[in-house]
Amino acid sequence: MTDTAVAPPRSQNIWGRVGDFLVRRPESTIALVALALGAYFALVNPAFLTTANIRVISQYMIATAILAAGQVMLLISGEIDLSMGNVYFMTPFLVFFASEAGLVLPLAILVGVLGAGVVGYLNGAISLGFGIPSFVVTLGMGFVINGFTLNISDGFPKRVPSTGVAAAIFGDANFSGLMWVIIIVIGMHLILNHSRWGVYTVAVGGNPLGAAEAGVPSRSIKMRNFILAAMLAGFAGVIEGIRVGSFDPGAGVAGTKVFLSVAAAVIGGTLLSGGSGTIIGAFFGALVLAILQDGFNLQGVSAFTFTMVLGGAIILAMILNSLANKARVRSQSARL
Amino acid sequence: MTSGSNGEAIRAEGVGKTYGPVVALRDINIRLAKGEVLGLIGDNGAGKSTLIKILTGFTQPDQGQIFVGGEEVKLRSVSHARELGIETVYQDLALVNQLPVYANMSLNKEAVHRPIPFLDKQEMRDRAKAHLGDMGVRIPSVDTEVGFLSGGQRQAVAIARAVYSDARVILLDEPLAAMGAKESAIIIDLIQELRQKGEVSIILIAHNFAQVVEMCDRVNLVQHGRITFDTLVSETSVKELTDLVSAEYRTRGIG
Repeated sequence: MTDTAVAPPRSQNIWGRVGDFLVRRPESTIALVALALGAYFALVNPAFLTTANIRVISQYMIATAILAAGQVMLLISGEIDLSMGNVYFMTPFLVFFASEAGLVLPLAILVGVLGAGVVGYLNGAISLGFGIPSFVVTLGMGFVINGFTLNISDGFPKRVPSTGVAAAIFGDANFSGLMWVIIIVIGMHLILNHSRWGVYTVAVGGNPLGAAEAGVPSRSIKMRNFILAAMLAGFAGVIEGIRVGSFDPGAGVAGTKVFLSVAAAVIGGTLLSGGSGTIIGAFFGALVLAILQDGFNLQGVSAFTFTMVLGGAIILAMILNSLANKARVRSQSARL
Repeated sequence: MTSGSNGEAIRAEGVGKTYGPVVALRDINIRLAKGEVLGLIGDNGAGKSTLIKILTGFTQPDQGQIFVGGEEVKLRSVSHARELGIETVYQDLALVNQLPVYANMSLNKEAVHRPIPFLDKQEMRDRAKAHLGDMGVRIPSVDTEVGFLSGGQRQAVAIARAVYSDARVILLDEPLAAMGAKESAIIIDLIQELRQKGEVSIILIAHNFAQVVEMCDRVNLVQHGRITFDTLVSETSVKELTDLVSAEYRTRGIG
């Protein structure tokens, strides 16, 4: 009886406790990797730690971190959204036309993000309604949305509809993108770890049958995650478009956006098999990818080589992560 | 049956079930008293699992009646049976391995703060601890992810959750299957604890007669879709049960 209250034994010395923490919090290992990479580039290149460069790193990670936050929720619940990149490029045009129609920027953004949510709803409705894997549905949806975006934009970029305070808040001001990343990451972390929605997301991904048996509303939880992921993708597209100063149809690079979001999620400790993942980990995953990209740029690694190195780095990070996961399982089991 | 409904958890009368040409259940009469632990034994294919499926609402019988707490009911579905307090505990189906014990215990019954509905994890932990402690279930910590528990501990948590969710009749299909002695002991202890409390009634299927004698108040032998033997555990022995089950094969001329 007293056993129920006994805490797992803790290591006595400081290093043992650090080790304990590392294995207990999966996101801490990837945070360390980010720190180590940052330290390395700071040592080899004095330009790395300047404010201007840190701003560049933050810009590199905005889209990936926000997309990854939505992707993590879907991956944990056992689904995926490959159309996020296309929604990312579609939404700014919805904002543009809403703005043309006379809406002020915040309202136009709201319309755009709701439009993105409709795509998420369709993804969920088709996938869950017909029992088709979301991998296939969202792959198809990505093409549909890409064509739609090219149609409504005529394939040309559009100027950002307004400037001023609203534009500054939604991406234009320095570090405003990073501010949104932090708000979204904290919000999603709270949802995943401190709400029913989060518990159910883990439950439907970890044991679909058991969750249904316990009366967990699987469909509506997955549907929420589809809609949320699409809305986040749309919002990321809008604030990035405002930051850059033009809305681009992004034909051809939408796929990269999606794959970076999946890479950030997986590097951060989210399992593609569902049931397990962290938002904070995905944030650090996105940070690692941004530091690599920026660091290599500073070092003058050519763009062609860079892509190869980046791919290798993703694979390496995943290998290290899987080793860390195994260590975690061993230490947890040993503790019992 | 004039014994009245007092102290009766569930009763089946004349229940039959046919799958095409196969008669799974012929004419089952079974009665489970409140707080009682009833063991179902019998050879493979005798109809034990079909009976459990009918009592849990998963399968509908072709004939016969079912009474819950003395009132006749038609169990339409698993969730309907559950509303009436009848719950089946499956070994690997019930729990989410990636969630800690306390989250599993309160799955779909989470405690939340007001007005912002964040989870009240401390409350959930306390409830889980109190409840598991009550039932004498020993686990390392309610914060442990269920995937790290042993098979016996998982099963115990699953049963504890069923009791926690106000199940009055719990059906266990081979709760000790594929468990070692130490693991089995966890479940046997738990069932004895529940038996002492007498708040829930349990029907369990088991093949190990020594364990049946240890866990149950009463034993029913199922043969060819009928209950052929009904006895109190205190009036039988492992040897008698073994002889009964193997008798039909002996008389066919092996022994």
